[in-house]
Amino acid sequence: MSEITAEQVAHLANLARIDLSSAEIDRLTVELGQIVDSVARVAEVATPDVPATSHPMPLTNVFRDDVVVPSLTVDQALSGAPDRAGDKFRVPAILDEE
Amino acid sequence: MTSLINQTAAALAGLLADGSVSSVDVTRAHLDHIDAVEPDVHAFLHVARDAALATAARVDARRAAGEKLGPLAGVPIAIKDVLATHDMPTTSGSKILQGWIPPYDATVVRRIRDADLIPLGKTNMDEFAMGSSTEHSAYGPTHNPWDLDRIPGGSGGGSAAAVAAFEAPLALGSDTGGSIRQPAAVTGSVGVKPTYGGVSRYGAIALASSLDQVGPVTRTVLDAALLHDVIGGHDPLDSTSLTDAWPSMAAAAQAGLADGALKGVRIGVIKELNGAGFQAGVKQRFEETLALLSAAGAIVSEVSAPNFEYAVSAYYLILPAEASSNLARFDSVRFGIRVNPEDGPLTSERVMAATRDAGFGDEVKRRIILGTYALSAGYYDAYYGSAQKVRTLIQRDFAAAFDKVDLLVSPTAPTTAFKFGEKTEDPMAMYLNDITTIPANLAGIPGMSLPMGLAPEDGLPVGLQVMAPARADARLYTFGAAVEQLLEAHWGHTLLSQAPALANIEMFATEGGAV
Repeated sequence: MSEITAEQVAHLANLARIDLSSAEIDRLTVELGQIVDSVARVAEVATPDVPATSHPMPLTNVFRDDVVVPSLTVDQALSGAPDRAGDKFRVPAILDEE
Repeated sequence: MTSLINQTAAALAGLLADGSVSSVDVTRAHLDHIDAVEPDVHAFLHVARDAALATAARVDARRAAGEKLGPLAGVPIAIKDVLATHDMPTTSGSKILQGWIPPYDATVVRRIRDADLIPLGKTNMDEFAMGSSTEHSAYGPTHNPWDLDRIPGGSGGGSAAAVAAFEAPLALGSDTGGSIRQPAAVTGSVGVKPTYGGVSRYGAIALASSLDQVGPVTRTVLDAALLHDVIGGHDPLDSTSLTDAWPSMAAAAQAGLADGALKGVRIGVIKELNGAGFQAGVKQRFEETLALLSAAGAIVSEVSAPNFEYAVSAYYLILPAEASSNLARFDSVRFGIRVNPEDGPLTSERVMAATRDAGFGDEVKRRIILGTYALSAGYYDAYYGSAQKVRTLIQRDFAAAFDKVDLLVSPTAPTTAFKFGEKTEDPMAMYLNDITTIPANLAGIPGMSLPMGLAPEDGLPVGLQVMAPARADARLYTFGAAVEQLLEAHWGHTLLSQAPALANIEMFATEGGAV
């Protein structure tokens, strides 16, 4: 059995930058425990001699020619932003303190 | 009387090419039908009525001027909302992207525009393609045209329902663990997940990058092949795109219609995808289809894929891990909504966390947290690392099977369409529903679902899944077209012709006679 605690889920939520309510954390703690118990079976057959596959059709060194091609204009790139200042994304304070 | 909306895309293409109908007529017929059935079905998140009619008029004018157009020019198409469209909102079924209009088109969208297809609108889906029922759409579920109280499958339930309800002859879907094939199965339509890398994902909002693939959603195998030919092929904007020269899938499908196309074809029945937990009527139709195949000269044998029992577990580690990374881009800065926390200082970090709490639904949060856990220091080897090893074992199972047979078959889904709410409270039950479709994504091989009948116990569609080795997509189309022809000859009709009339259409039929 996995032992997933509410504190652990709260920590994961913080890492994932999701401001979960305590009710959501409680529910996820139970669900996550059940899911992890189920999926942990992969360890049964994942022996050291089996190589890992990260990508189903392995390709290496996919390059393009080093030439300038058209890309989004500044206005296009900013068109979906919730807030902008001139040609830049406007964001809330980066640091916690003044 | 057969109306324009009942035609296949291939038939419409013929009528358009010989001038029997205009694209404006065809497009308007579909838009009118969308208006009539959408209150019941809710396959669309956005319908681009004016733009579709304007595009259709331009295609008609160019055809009238004698311009040589592509085979599907003037045929309408629905687009899954996971694909970026520069002129329509693109939400991926999520609140966090509500109203977002991307500054560019996905490559597949650009290709259908270049081929002069007519985009009708954007179809509903589980949020960020996480789900098997569309119940996780932030904009409400899509209803199965066969029974409005049931799910249309997912995540691409909108695209499948749109073609099954005759709202569009063609649609685009995406398949990460079955999101094209399972909705096809439960709606009685056809869906194809191409070989990984066979179709560009540029502009497809990423769920799990090592699994996602874009593909066709249609009512016939030939239509899927025609659409595959439009969207497939190398795209330098997608670094996972294969540089292969692909054969014509439409020619491959046509080849399947020839006499004796099934003779000597070696078919493997996957033992592990035909056992406990499969609905009786699903198994019955599957056995009957195998008998028909044998009678048509195919050589049917059983093959074993012992590691498939670990596929769902591996998938639900790999997918959340990749999804948690991909969805980090929703940071309340570059696109999507921004929500400020109710109290406390307004820092970027806190605004991001409040936005993601408000913008993501339960299933998305569940998978991001699960993925974050699976990638955590100390757990990585046990979970993500082990899952990647299972992936190797599943590829080896496929390789061993394809040493013996040309194609593999199984039911596409263990059951017919289930009722709304039946599995939403039990995430693992929902996840296990994907047991049949997930192995193909883990291995990168192509898979197709086509209808193989109605389950006797509930009268709902059952899908046949066919899988081929990587890069052998054409083989799927040849075989799929042959099986489709065999089954329809056996039934004496298409499967979708048996779907119950939707309420509004019934009223219309009573008033106006034949539709």
